[in-house]
Amino acid sequence: MKNPGKRVFVERDGYRRRRLLDCLRVLPMLGAFLWALPLLWSSDPQAGVSTADAILYIFAVWCCLVGLGALLSYKVGALQDSDRDSLE
Amino acid sequence: MGALNVLVAVCLCYVAFLFIVAFAAERSALRGNGAWLRSPLVYTLSLSIYCTAWTFYGAVGYAARSGLEYLTIYIGPSLVMIGWWWILRKLVRIGRSQRITSIADLISSRYGKSNTLAIFVTILAVIGTTPYIALQLQSVTLSFNVFAQSQAGADTDVLRETTAFWVALGLALFTILFGTRNLDVNERHHGVVMAIAVEAVVKLFALLAVGVFVVWGLSGGVGNMLDRIETSEIGMWQMQGGRWVSLIFLSAAAFLCLPRMFQVMVVENENEGNLRTASWAFPAYLMLMSLFVVPIAVVGLDVLPKGANPDLFVLTVPLASGQEGLAVISFLGGFSSATSMVIVAAIALSTMVSNHVVMPIWLAVTGHGASFSGDVRKVVILSRRLSIAGVLILGYLYYRLSGGGTALALIGLISFAGVAQFLPALIGGIFWRGATRTGALAGLTVGFVVWTYAMLLPGFGQGTILPTSVFESGPFGIGWLRPQAFFGIQGMDPLVHAILWSISLNSAAFFVASLLSFPNPLERLQGAQFVNVFDHSQNPQSWSGGMAQSEDLMIMAQRILGAREAQRLFEREAKRQGIQGVLPETTPEFLQVLERELAGSVGAATAHAMVGQIVGGASVSVRDLMAVADETAQMMEYSSQLETKSAELTRTARQLRLANEKLMQVSHQKDAFLSQISHELRTPMTSIRAFSEILREGGLSDAEQEKYATVIHSEAIRLTRLLDDLLDLSVLENGQVSLNLRKVQLSDLLDTAISSALSGVQTSLLKIRRDQAQEKYAFTTDPDRLSQVFINLISNAQKYCDGDRPVLRIETMEQDGRLLVDFIDNGSGIPRESQDLIFEKFSRVSPQKAGGAGLGLAICREIMVRLKGEINYLPGQGGAAFRVSLPLRQVNENAE
Repeated sequence: MKNPGKRVFVERDGYRRRRLLDCLRVLPMLGAFLWALPLLWSSDPQAGVSTADAILYIFAVWCCLVGLGALLSYKVGALQDSDRDSLE
Repeated sequence: MGALNVLVAVCLCYVAFLFIVAFAAERSALRGNGAWLRSPLVYTLSLSIYCTAWTFYGAVGYAARSGLEYLTIYIGPSLVMIGWWWILRKLVRIGRSQRITSIADLISSRYGKSNTLAIFVTILAVIGTTPYIALQLQSVTLSFNVFAQSQAGADTDVLRETTAFWVALGLALFTILFGTRNLDVNERHHGVVMAIAVEAVVKLFALLAVGVFVVWGLSGGVGNMLDRIETSEIGMWQMQGGRWVSLIFLSAAAFLCLPRMFQVMVVENENEGNLRTASWAFPAYLMLMSLFVVPIAVVGLDVLPKGANPDLFVLTVPLASGQEGLAVISFLGGFSSATSMVIVAAIALSTMVSNHVVMPIWLAVTGHGASFSGDVRKVVILSRRLSIAGVLILGYLYYRLSGGGTALALIGLISFAGVAQFLPALIGGIFWRGATRTGALAGLTVGFVVWTYAMLLPGFGQGTILPTSVFESGPFGIGWLRPQAFFGIQGMDPLVHAILWSISLNSAAFFVASLLSFPNPLERLQGAQFVNVFDHSQNPQSWSGGMAQSEDLMIMAQRILGAREAQRLFEREAKRQGIQGVLPETTPEFLQVLERELAGSVGAATAHAMVGQIVGGASVSVRDLMAVADETAQMMEYSSQLETKSAELTRTARQLRLANEKLMQVSHQKDAFLSQISHELRTPMTSIRAFSEILREGGLSDAEQEKYATVIHSEAIRLTRLLDDLLDLSVLENGQVSLNLRKVQLSDLLDTAISSALSGVQTSLLKIRRDQAQEKYAFTTDPDRLSQVFINLISNAQKYCDGDRPVLRIETMEQDGRLLVDFIDNGSGIPRESQDLIFEKFSRVSPQKAGGAGLGLAICREIMVRLKGEINYLPGQGGAAFRVSLPLRQVNENAE
C-alpha cells in the first residue's frame, strides 16, 4: 500500500543519502585544508609555534578525520548493504 | 657473540612462524573456510606494507634531521584513504571488473591493451623499486650491525655482506613459495597477505612498545615528554611550505602508484566493502605508526652521543638503556617492515615482468606462441619465479654497488618520485576519456627523463655521475637546463624542484599529446569502459568469433589455467549457451569471458594477443573491431527493418479494419436504402392511387379535379426523377456514357448551374459569393455533365446548409495544372464519421431532411471520374466544403 506519507519518507531518505555521499567527498578536502594550515605558521625560531603544539594540532586533525571517516563509512556501508544501485 | 646468536635464533623462529602462518592461511583458503582471510581487518593490515623499513627506522632519522616533515609521508596516504570515494573506489572496481594484475596491466589495458606501454611501465617500476628493495636489505643489515657492534670481536664487514645475502635469499624463497603458488593473480595470495598482516601487527606493536618505553620509561609521562620536545634541537616548527605541500602530494601519488601498494590495494582486494573499512582504519594505523616518532628522535638526540646514526634510534635507544628484550622486539619490527615490503614488491614486479616482458618474448620466440604445444602454465610460473629471483638479485646488487651509505629517507623519496610519474596516466586514464596511448607514453617519457636528470642522477652526489660543471652551468653550457634550476629558476629546494617539474612537465606532455593524437578503436572502447566503470562493469571489447576453433582455445586455456579449471570454464559457458558437451560456440561473449580469465594469469595484453592468434587476427587488429562494429550495425539495420515491417503490418491491418468497417456500413446503408426506396416509391404511389381513385369516382369540381391531377402529376415526376437518377448512376457506373465535349468558359457554366439550381425554389435564403475575375478559365469538357455536378453541389448547399444566413462561396484556382473549384458553405458541415460515406450510393447524412434518395453525390463522383477529375470533401473549412478538380491542361490538349 502506498500512502503519501510513505513517499515523503522515501524521498527524504534518498536526499539524506546523497548528502551523506557529499560529506564523504568533502572529507579529504577538509583534511587537506586543515593540514595545509601549518603553512601559515611562522618559522621564526624565536616566536614561532613549538613542535609540541604542532604535534598536538596535527594529531588532533588526524583523530577527527579518522573518527568522521569511520562514522561516514559505517553509514555508507549500511546504505550500500540496503540498496546497492542507488549509490552508483 | 651470544646476543647475536640469540638474535639470529629469534629471527629464524620468527621466519618459521611466518611460514607457518602463510601455510595455514593457504590451507584454510583451500578448504574454503577462509572467510576471515578476507576480512576488512586483514585487508587494512595488508595495506601497511606502505610502512617499510624506511618508515620504521627512517622516520625517526628523518624527524631527528628535519623535525615534523616526516609526517608528510603519512599525511598523503591518509588523505587518499579518507577520500576513497573519489579514486580508490573506482580503481578497485576497475581492477575487479577488468581482472587487472598490476599497475602496468591497468595502464596498458586502459590504453588499448598496449604492450609497449606495459613494458615501459614495468621497466620504470623496476627502476623505481630496485633501490627501495636495496634499502630494505640495507636496513636489515644495519640493524644486525647494531647488535654486532655491541658485541666485542664480531666481524662487522663479513656480517654486512652475509646478512644481506641471506636475507635476500630467504625472501626469494618465501616469495617464490607463497607468491607463485597459484597462477591466477585474481585468486589472490592468501598466505602472503596473511603473513604481511601478521607482520603489520608486529611492526606496529614494536614501534608502540619502544614509544611507550621512551615516553613513560625514559621521560616520565606525556607532559614531561612535551617539555623535552620543546627544549630539544627540533623544538620549533621550522617548515618550508613548498616541501610540506610537495611531500604530501608526493606520498599521496606514490601511495596510488607504487606497484606493491597497487598489488595489495587493488589486485588482492576481495571485496569492495573492505575498502570502506580501510578508509578510516588505515589512516588510524598510520597515525599510530607516526605517533612516537618524534619522542624517540628527541630522546635519541638527547641520550646518544653526537654522530650516532639517527636512522637507528629505534634500536639504539633501547639498547643504550639496557633494554635488550625491547631492542629485539624493535629489531623484529624493522625486520617485518623490510621483509613484507620486499615480498609484495617482488610479487608485484615479477607479475609485471613475467606478463609484459617475459611472456611476450617467449610467445614471439616460440613462433606460433599460443598454438605451440606444451604447458604454458609451467612457463608462466617459471618466468614468474625467475622474475622474483631477478628482482631480488637486482636489489642485492644495487645494495652492494651503492655501498649502502645514503640516508634512508633520500632513497625512499627518489623512489617515490619515480613511481609518482605514473600518476597522470593513471588518473587521466580513469577520469578522462580523451586520454590516449600516445599521451600516456609521452607523459611517462618526459616525466621519467626529468626525474632521472633532476633527481636520480644528482642523488648520487655532485660529480659522481653528472660532473659538477653540469650543476653550475648546465649541460653543454646551456644554463636553463641545470638539473636543479630548470628555466633559470634558482633557489628552489632540489626535491621540490624535481617533483614540481617532473610531474608538471609529465602532465603537460600527457595532456597535449592526448589532445593532438587520435586513439584507435580499442583504446576508445577501453577508455569508455574505464571512465564509466560504474555504468557498465563489463568488457566491451569483443571478438568476432567466426574463425576461432573451440578446440584450439580449449588446448590453450588448459595450458594456462590448468586442465580442470579450463574444462570447468568451458563446460559452464557451453551450458550457458545451451549446448550439450564441453565445447561452447566461439561467440564474442565467450571469447570475452575466456580472455578475461586468461588475463588473470598472464595479463590483459598477453591474453588478448593469445586469443587473437587462435581467433585469426595475428594481433589486436582494428579489423576485428570493425567486424564487431559491422555486426552491430547489421543487427541494428535488421532490427530497424523488422520495425519498419511491423509498422507496415500495423498500417495494413488498420487499413483492412477500416475497409471492413466501411463495408459493414455500406451493407447497412443498402439495407436502409431498400426500406427507404420502398418507402420513397410507396409514398408517391400511394397518393397517386388514392387521388386517381377519387378522380375516377367523379363528382368533383373543376378546381378540385385540377388540384388532384396536379398532385398526381408532381408525384409522378418525383418517381420519374428517382428512377432517372438510378438509371443515370447505373449508366455512369457501367461506363456506357458518351461525353459531349465542348470548349466552355467556367464562369458561364457556373452561371447556368446557379440559375438552374435555384430556379425551382421560391424563397432562397442562400447567398452565393463568387469572384468572377477568378473564373476566366476556358477548357474543354462535357458542359451538361459538369454543370450537373455543380447544380447538385449548389442545391445541396441550398437544402442542407443550416447557417443563420446561409452563404455559399465558390472559389476557383489553378494548382499543378489542375483546375480546382471549391464549394464552401457556412453550415455545420458534415460530421467526421459520415465524410467517408457521402459519396457512396444511397447515403444520406440526415434522413430527416430527406430530399432525395442519396444518389446525387454518388452520381457527381461518377461524372467526375468520367471527366478525369475528382470530387472530394474538404474538411476543416468551417462548413460543408467540396472540391471539384479537373485536369486543365489535358483537357486543353484534348481540345486542340
